[in-house]
Amino acid sequence: MKKLRTRHILIAALALGALLQCACTSTAVRVRPWERAALADDIMNPDRDPLGAAMTEHVYFSREAASGGRGVGGSGCGCN
Amino acid sequence: MVTAMTRSCRILGLAPLIVVLAAVSPAQVAPGNFFPPLGAEGLGGGAMPETSGKVVIVDFWASWCAPCKASFPAYSRLQRDFGDRGLVIVGVGVDDSPSAYSAFVARFKPSFVTVHDSQHKLVSTVQVPTMPTSYLIDRSGRVRFVHAGFHGDQTERELAREIEALLSEKAAAR
Repeated sequence: MKKLRTRHILIAALALGALLQCACTSTAVRVRPWERAALADDIMNPDRDPLGAAMTEHVYFSREAASGGRGVGGSGCGCN
Repeated sequence: MVTAMTRSCRILGLAPLIVVLAAVSPAQVAPGNFFPPLGAEGLGGGAMPETSGKVVIVDFWASWCAPCKASFPAYSRLQRDFGDRGLVIVGVGVDDSPSAYSAFVARFKPSFVTVHDSQHKLVSTVQVPTMPTSYLIDRSGRVRFVHAGFHGDQTERELAREIEALLSEKAAAR
């Protein structure tokens, strides 16, 4: 009898947890379209400084022998 | 056993209530709905034009939104082409900063009315799906078309066609 009771409580807790998770994922932590000013700011753009980005890229592929490893054309062999 | 079952049922009975409470959020304004009254949301920035019995476009924009910049000249053209026949365009800026709002309006000098929803009251009521979004409202105040985003000439052509259709309709009783 105790085993059955424990099982019922466990099922209820699991169901409740699943429902709560469903409810939370649909509404919580959601930036509304009109609240994206900070995200649209230029400071959020990782490539906003072309010269700095080129220098960082040069250091990266020279050190790691990974030319082309960031999505530009090339085989990534380091034979630049 | 009965006690355990009862308790389980009680816990499960609360679940739908919790789900409903967690999921409660205003629904998006969609075609067929009446648009919320523009004067009731405490909008600043400019005098609200008379919209009763007119075809209205309410466009939600922000200074940080690139397609919004592209849309302003198009809406100015539409206002110029259809304004005499009863079209009213209202641009609702949702910038947090009044200076960003003012600078954008000063830069583009729109031929239509712009207002500032700095508290995000109207935009929260309407629940716009993206920026920019425009709502084309018929003479009875009912939303007929929603344009999420602005896609250049294509959107402008669609809007012109829809405005033409709505202007030719007679006002229905609200």
